[in-house]
Order: sequence, then structure tokens, then C-alpha cells
Amino acid sequence: MEKFKTFTGVVAGVDRANIDTDAIIPKEYLKSIKRTGFGAALFSDWRYNNDGSDNPSFVLNQPATKGAQVLVARNNFGCGSSREHAVWAVQQYGFNVVIAPSEGDTPAFADIFRGNCGKNGLLTIEMTAAQVDAIFQTLEKEPGVKATVDLEAQTVSVHAAGGDKVYSFSADPVLRNKLLNGLDDIAQTLQYEADIAAYESRHCA
Amino acid sequence: MSKTLFDKIWDAHVVKDLGGGEVLLYIDRHLVHEVTSPQAFEGLRLTNRKVRCPERTFATMDHNVPTDENRMNITDPIAKAQVDALTDNAAETGVTLFPLGDDRQGVIHIIGPEQGIVLPGMTVVCGDSHTATHGAFGSIAFGIGTSEVEHVLATQTLRQKKPKNYKVEFTGKLQKGVTAKDMVLKLIGMIGTAGGTGCAFEFCGEAIRNLSMEGRLTICNMAIEGGARAGLVAPDQVTFDYIASGNRHYAPKGEALTKAISEWKKFYTDAGAKFDHVLTIDVSDLAPQVTWGTSPGMVTDVTGKVPALDAVPEYSPADVRAALDYMGLESGMKMTDIKIDTVFIGSCTNGRIEDLREAAAVIKGKKVAKGVRVLVVPGSEAVRYAAEKERLDRIFVEAGAEWRYAGCSMCLAMNPDKLKDKERCASTSNRNFEGRQGKGGRTHLVSPAMAAAAAVAGHFVDIRKI
Repeated sequence: MEKFKTFTGVVAGVDRANIDTDAIIPKEYLKSIKRTGFGAALFSDWRYNNDGSDNPSFVLNQPATKGAQVLVARNNFGCGSSREHAVWAVQQYGFNVVIAPSEGDTPAFADIFRGNCGKNGLLTIEMTAAQVDAIFQTLEKEPGVKATVDLEAQTVSVHAAGGDKVYSFSADPVLRNKLLNGLDDIAQTLQYEADIAAYESRHCA
Repeated sequence: MSKTLFDKIWDAHVVKDLGGGEVLLYIDRHLVHEVTSPQAFEGLRLTNRKVRCPERTFATMDHNVPTDENRMNITDPIAKAQVDALTDNAAETGVTLFPLGDDRQGVIHIIGPEQGIVLPGMTVVCGDSHTATHGAFGSIAFGIGTSEVEHVLATQTLRQKKPKNYKVEFTGKLQKGVTAKDMVLKLIGMIGTAGGTGCAFEFCGEAIRNLSMEGRLTICNMAIEGGARAGLVAPDQVTFDYIASGNRHYAPKGEALTKAISEWKKFYTDAGAKFDHVLTIDVSDLAPQVTWGTSPGMVTDVTGKVPALDAVPEYSPADVRAALDYMGLESGMKMTDIKIDTVFIGSCTNGRIEDLREAAAVIKGKKVAKGVRVLVVPGSEAVRYAAEKERLDRIFVEAGAEWRYAGCSMCLAMNPDKLKDKERCASTSNRNFEGRQGKGGRTHLVSPAMAAAAAVAGHFVDIRKI
């Protein structure tokens, strides 16, 4: 996995809660046996008309936000299926980060989706509802606004016309370390081969 | 110290504490299907890694396979490539495969229990969110992504953080015609599709004890629809009888089974064990449930109405508006006035023999309403054989329904079985997301008996009044 580096990119907002994995990538695109080529299918039912042409009202088809790298949505993003294709689609479109709000018992991301993001180096950032509201307000006034995402400092700086708006977040320390160092889970786990073998001889005799 | 059922099984599978709340968890059973595995096997090849425990790994084709007479000839070249890839990967790595055409093939979550692959106290994973199904045996079962599939293939472990414990107690007795499906839809309606995020549900109480294994499998299956990766039920005599019955090739038998049962009896939540969340639902007055929106939490009683925009606590008025627009419904409509075009009976939620019996009992001697298309898709080839032996297939066909071979079919419409734009379906599956059963298709989730009743009437009806 590549190391997560600080970057600056265009922010795009999809103002919906409970965006499920069927909406992120409909099943007709799941039949590939490869890990690549999913970017064009991202949000396809919303992004394309029935005849396959672009739906001009969808955010990723608007000139200011086409090719965005920071995705902002509402709570419970990625609910539904475990398909990692959803993460690949978001990432291969060009997004490096997804931002969503958690509030009280309502999580920002669905569990499996968030876990899948971590395995692929796609950063999920949990913010408060007030922070995400503020970002959406900026997006409404300034479509195409850029932001700098710094995982080391755990900040998102939105470069609004009136000056930078800096939003802090707190990433899971284990995940943060993994993304910053680009660590491969399987290689790390294989270092515990002796522990796994010992477990097997204790329990699976 | 008192422990929950979940914590007992979890603790028994910790290989190593990795710090930061993460542990290395041993995986007893890994179930594999054609859609989420090819990239994982490819990853192993690229890194020269082997499948560590092929004997703990079981595979089948279910998601994209056709379910009609011509199913052995897959015409979609990309679907065929996935099926062929799984065949080759299984042969190359020694993983057990139940291929298309085999009498043990079927939806992976139907055949795991059926073949005795999943047993109490185990950890079970699969690259599919409905893996929670297997928790019905008192096992920890959850869905994983493709990277984790590769991790399990290579190491037989997963790096995991322990979820919280969420107790859902169902009290009282169900009315006739009300089922496990209605219980779990009611739960999701109460807590929303994110209510269980970060948690494992333990389903307990009188109404759970009174359910068959099939009913318990239905409830655990939809744990993920309530946001929880896992849901489980403590094993009891119902569980042990299920494992001892039928032709469960991989389950222990004779003396080994007796010994295993005495071990399995240790899998229960200790008195005084602490839960992070507790919810009690009295099912005595529970009505059959029907979803009206584009999320499983958008559900109401069949006796109810499509809600007002601001009358759904778990969803914003804008979300409700978007759902009603997609579904072509208006607030205030009676649920029983909603006319349907299609009925789908099947899936890992409701594709077991008991489900088909319930649907057949409703439809027997009647005809499907004019213009309504009904698909009955057994969850496995073993279910199909059992149903045909009981002549359930004849009941469905004589009523005007299509009787199919096993597969996921119209639950997710990856195979040729799909809804057309604006087509409305009463479905026994698990997700009513936009486009789930085909682009523009409109899904209403219901129990098998409710689906069968809708097939006959052409609209939803209260099964208790039939």
C-alpha cells in the first residue's frame, strides 16, 4: 500500500445520508475479476442517464467538481454490502478521502466499508455534524473549492474565498500509523506465524 | 467474571493481542463465492503466498449464476469469467468447491448450515455482509471485504477490534402468520440501519427460543441491515437437533456429536454479564411488516399507511421524500392498496425449505393475480430437492409461478433475474436499496407468506386475515 501523503484537491459533496454500497457501485459492475477499472462506475445510477449519457445535475458531472479528490457526505456512508468494489470505485475515481459526520449513536461510516477503506489506503474522516454542515455551506457558495488534507496533523483546511477554514479530526491511531507508513496487513500478520501455529496446536488438535 | 456469549467465543479465538484494541482473531470457517474472491486469490499469486488452511475453506457459485433451465451455459462472458476463476482457484489451492450443477451448490449462507460446515462456537467469515446468518448457531459470523478475504486465505486470521455487545430480547408469542422476518424488520424499523453499528447483536428471549433454526437464520441474516456486523443466538436443543438431523456431511456424528454437544452447551451468556446496549421488543401484537422506502428501516405494519415526511424518526424528511419519489408512493396511502408487478421468493434471508413451505401453504390451490410474475428460487439445490420431494414445486407452478434452480437471483440481480424500471416487487430478500433488484426497480421487503399472499391478491394483504 502507498503511504498517505498530505495533498490538496477539489472537494465534492453528495448531500445524502445512508449512501449504500449499491448506490456507490451497482452490482452490474461487480463481475470483473480485476482490482481496477471501477472508477467510471462510481455512483453510476445517479451519475448517468438511462441512455448512458452524463446526468448534468449530478455533482461529479459539474465542471467545478469533476475530478474531485475529497468526498463529503452525510452519516452512515457505505452501509449495505461488504463489496470492496465500493472502496475501489471511490478511490479509482480519484478520491483520497471521504468525510462524513457522526452524531450521538449515528455513525459516520458503516463498519465493513470503513474497514475496507483502511485496507486500501482510502482515508475515512469522521467529523461532527456541525463541521460537516459548515463544509456543505462552503460548497454551496463556492463549488470547486479546494481543501488540504493532512493526516499527520489530523486537519482538513478548506481554502474558502474568505480565508482557510481548518477542521480538526481524530483518526484511529492504529489506522493512522498504517496509512502514514503504507503498511501491508498480511505481511505484518505473517510475522506472527509462530503464534498462529501455536494457537492451532492448542485448539485444533 | 460473567461473560456474554459473544465475548466467550471471541476470547477463545484470540491468537495475539496486537495493541491499540486490535487482536489477531483465529478463523474456523472461511466461506468463499465467485464475486468477492477472484482479486484475493490473485493477490496471493502475486505475492507467492499459499492458502494456509484449504480444509477450513469452502466455496460455491451463487451471486451471478442463472437460475433457469439453461443455467449451465452462462452467456454473460464477465459472469462466466468469475465462475471459471473460482473453479480454477479452488482446484489450484485445494479449497472445497460445490460447483454449479453439484447437488450441494446453492447460496453460500444456505449451504453452510445445511452441510454442517458451520457449528456452534466457531468464528465464520465470508466476503459477503450476510455472513451474519451463521450466528444463528451461536457462532461469531461476519462479512469481510476482499482484502480481508486474502488475509484469511493467507493467515487463517483477521486483525479485528472487538465490537460492543447489544442484547435484543424478543418477548411474548407471535400471532399466527407472523414470522422471524417480521421480527427483524420491526427491529430495524426501530433502530434504523445504523442502530447496531460497531456492535454484535445477541438475539434472545421467549420468541427467539420458540423459533426453528430457519427462523433464527433469517433474523441473524439481517443483523447487518441493522448496522451490526454480527448477530447471534445461544445454541439450544433446537440447534443440536438441527445439526443431528438431515444429511450434514461435515457435522460430527454419533459419539463425536454427543461430545460436541456437551461442549456447545457452554455457549451462553452468563447471568450478570454486561451489555453495552439492551432493547426489548414484545412481539405479542406484532403485525406483518412491509417496507415502503429504499432502506430496510423504512418499514411499517401491513395495517398501516405510507408515513408522512416528518413521521419517521430514523430518517430526515428529505430522505423520506427521496425514498417516496423513487418508490412512486405518496404519504397516507394504505399499505394494502399498493399493487405489485412481481414477487420474488428466495435469497439467503428466506430461501430455506421452511420458507418455501410457508409460501406454498398460502398459494396452494390458488392462482397468481393477473399480470403478476412470480419467481420462486430455492436457496440451494438441496432445498430444491427437498421441496420437489414434498411436491411444493407443483403447488407453485400450478398457481402460475416460475420454479427455478438455486442462486442469489433477484435478491441482488447480478444474474439475468432483475426488475425493470419502475417495476414493483414484493420480495423475501433483505435489501430495498435503490436499484438493488434492477435499475429503477421498486422493492418491498416482506416474509414468504406475505409475498405469496401478495402474489395471489396482486397487492399487499394482511396474512392474518386469510
